[in-house]
Amino acid sequence: MQKIGVFVCHCGTNIAATVDVKAVVDALAKEPSVVFAADYPYMCSESGQNLIKDAIREHELTGVVICSCSPRMHEVTFRRAAASAGLNPYLVEVANIREQCSWIHKDKAEATEKAIILGRAAIAKALLNAPLIAGESPVTKRALVIGGGIAGIQTALDIAEAGFPVDIVEQKPTIGGKMAQIDKTFPTLDCSACILTPKMVECAQNENIRIFSYSEVESVSGFVGSFTVKIRKKARYVDEVKCTGCGLCTEKCPVKNVPNEFNLGFDNRRAVYIPFAQAIPKIAVIDPDRCNMLKNGKCGLCSRVCEAGAINYKQTDEIVEEHYGAIVAATGYEISDVTRYGEYAYTESKDVITSLEFERLTNAAGPTGGVLLRPSDGKHPHTIVFIQCVGSRCVLEKGKPYCSKICCMYTAKHAMLTREKYPDTEVYVFYIDVRTPGKNFDEFYRRAAEEFGVHYIKGAVGKIVPRADGTLDVQAADLIMDEQLRISADLVVLAAAIEPSKTARKLATMLTASMDTNDFFTEAHPKLRPVESPTAGIFLSGVCQGPKDIPETVSQAGACAAKVIGLLSKNKLTGNPCVAHSDELMCNGCSSCANVCPYGAITYLDKEFRMPDRTTKVRRVASVNPAVCQGCGACTVACPSGAMDLSGFSNSQIMAEVDAICR
Amino acid sequence: MNKQDLKEEIVRMSGSAVEKCMRCGKCSASCPSYEDMEYHPHEFVYLVEKGDIEKLMASESIYKCLTCFACVERCPRGVEPAKVVEAVRLIVIREQGMNRLKPDDIPGLWDKDLPQQAIVTAMRKYTK
Ligand SMILES: Cc1cc2nc3c(=O)[nH]c(=O)nc-3n(C[C@H](O)[C@H](O)[C@H](O)COP(=O)(O)OP(=O)(O)OC[C@H]3O[C@@H](n4cnc5c(N)ncnc54)[C@H](O)[C@@H]3O)c2cc1C
Ligand code: SF4
Ligand code: SF4
Ligand code: SF4
Ligand code: SF4
Repeated sequence: MQKIGVFVCHCGTNIAATVDVKAVVDALAKEPSVVFAADYPYMCSESGQNLIKDAIREHELTGVVICSCSPRMHEVTFRRAAASAGLNPYLVEVANIREQCSWIHKDKAEATEKAIILGRAAIAKALLNAPLIAGESPVTKRALVIGGGIAGIQTALDIAEAGFPVDIVEQKPTIGGKMAQIDKTFPTLDCSACILTPKMVECAQNENIRIFSYSEVESVSGFVGSFTVKIRKKARYVDEVKCTGCGLCTEKCPVKNVPNEFNLGFDNRRAVYIPFAQAIPKIAVIDPDRCNMLKNGKCGLCSRVCEAGAINYKQTDEIVEEHYGAIVAATGYEISDVTRYGEYAYTESKDVITSLEFERLTNAAGPTGGVLLRPSDGKHPHTIVFIQCVGSRCVLEKGKPYCSKICCMYTAKHAMLTREKYPDTEVYVFYIDVRTPGKNFDEFYRRAAEEFGVHYIKGAVGKIVPRADGTLDVQAADLIMDEQLRISADLVVLAAAIEPSKTARKLATMLTASMDTNDFFTEAHPKLRPVESPTAGIFLSGVCQGPKDIPETVSQAGACAAKVIGLLSKNKLTGNPCVAHSDELMCNGCSSCANVCPYGAITYLDKEFRMPDRTTKVRRVASVNPAVCQGCGACTVACPSGAMDLSGFSNSQIMAEVDAICR
Repeated sequence: MNKQDLKEEIVRMSGSAVEKCMRCGKCSASCPSYEDMEYHPHEFVYLVEKGDIEKLMASESIYKCLTCFACVERCPRGVEPAKVVEAVRLIVIREQGMNRLKPDDIPGLWDKDLPQQAIVTAMRKYTK
């Protein structure tokens, strides 16, 4: 015989002002199996919880129903109270009579009636509850960071600092990301490489950090605490252990005309190359598409000059398998395609460039040694036009609907630095809004306008026409003067929208991590859980989660590390027992459930079943991994044979609730 | 028509979401008729959003738009300013009793500075 206790909360006046709490107690006390019913001003308070605990002991309750706020708020509190009084915590049901009742109704009689019905449904469900025991799973004390930009670097360093081993998988031959390509950084104008390279070196030297450069994640399986990841180490054709990074091969290779990615194609590299002087790891790579030896077996020069004997034309991709407790996505961003905006003539003129290209043209380690020269003729530009929001805040198919967040600030930086270094240039910035929220950010932008005489014009550029004399005819609107302008410019710089790495979606699928419509990784809660993915064990660092500058990226990277460290410090993880399970006799192995499962928790087993005639038959049946299942219930709806059911939310319990409501 | 009805009619005719305009000015930056217009494409959008439409109806600007669609092509918010201009123009023309252009009138209006595109659009707009 079941003995149910009912506890109705006033929540101050939150519930009691709209629901007649006493009437609810009286009505629910009359329900079959209810042996105790009481109300209290704040059930979640210490004394409220004591009321529950005492009743459990005194009346030997077999189930508890609490009519209060949403279970998202206090289910854990009440379950803990029940457990401390010796009741299995999964025998507690919460009827939400606040968010779903008192807050949304005005009429007290109606609200009271609804509260009673909700309470009745919860009692019906409680009567079918079974005690559940949460399982435990182990934690592999190693983290994987995917992406070696400043976000990945900082997260890895912080995790390593706490004493946990961490691997960085970076697709490029070196770590560093975009920050390695940037010249000076706003708002303080310190040199990007000077603050980044010490951190890169620290990664290489920290014994807790391993760097898999020129590598990609091939597959991911498992779940929080125990992921198994296959990593493809692409063939470099250079022995990583033997290569000393002397660079002799990169000087002797006869193939000299390969566009240099690091300098965005402004100069050339050889077929064997080291991306830049401070690359980490500093190991040469042979570009298989350009190397004569690899293409047609004719050359082998680098192998002859390499004193370390590191060149190995026979090297192949290698797949390594590693185990991790936590995975961090830190895949950063790319510059969006500006050729889609034909009006800016990016493809027609070499003197229309993106802001990242501008960074290379002003960087002392860049192709021009830091002297700002026009790409077309190598002359000093006298009139420069900067255009903000190129492709950002654009709701058309070709654009990005969001604000890229960093371009107002870096444009102010570019404009300011240009005027400082070349006072004979006229600099125009076309803006829709200047967005500078951030510490010392607005002051920085105002300095560009006030101290450095940058012409900020509220308005847009409509089109750019390259002229025969090498100038660019810029047609624009000045909205404050209400006039159309023509500027004859020598150089135009486009603040192109940033977009997530093109590889991010494929990775998100492997990680079963969710993304928004722009392919930024989604956080578990936009305010309260900003560095965790909704998928347990997957964490987010840097621009892959949304546009950010370096200070914000580094803070988020640290926050992300703290969450990873929190997970790795645990020896065991307690699971959620409210997970799906299949009735193997009913299951037809049709795969409907696996197709809908957002977490990849379902696999299929070929299982032997005894038939009535004593023969055995092998059938394919679904099997749920309870450590991966998040209890969302999608499979229970999808299963055509009704074989899938959710513990704690069984089909029969839901039907009982519906019956109780309709009674 | 009162102000509100006029605005609704223009929005309905043009199918343009004037409230989506973020005032970037790219339409006016693109407009080849800018110098000839008293009110420019972004102001058409703004004044229609505000419901200040009589000003536009009284202005010669409605006849200066070439319907080149540069503004429609380049507006990052998909507002389609040319359609707004067209709708205001149509309201005025309808009030005037459909005085459309006859092909015979064209030689009289001919002006060697007039872009050919303007004549083609005028024919499309003002003839049955
Ligand atoms: C022109 C310009 C100027 C800027 N100037 C400033 C400034 O002055 N001050 C400032 O604060 N910020 C500035 N920024 C912003 C700054 O670049 C970013 O905030 C910062 O680089 C973000 O770091 P991240 O690690 O998140 O991304 P990234 O730097 O993009 O790093 C991501 C890394 O992940 C790797 N990766 C991607 N996908 C995969 C994959 N699937 N597998 C393995 N590896 C992968 C990439 O190769 C890359 O190395 C500027 C940006 C631009 C475009
Ligand atoms: S073998 Fe290939 S990489 Fe080496 S020097 Fe020759 S072309 Fe260059
Ligand atoms: S940061 Fe500034 S330039 Fe960049 S999209 Fe936002 S408003 Fe435009
Ligand atoms: S369609 Fe009319 S308003 Fe728009 S750009 Fe062309 S001439 Fe100007
Ligand atoms: S281009 Fe579009 S968004 Fe920009 S001012 Fe014109 S109508 Fe408004």
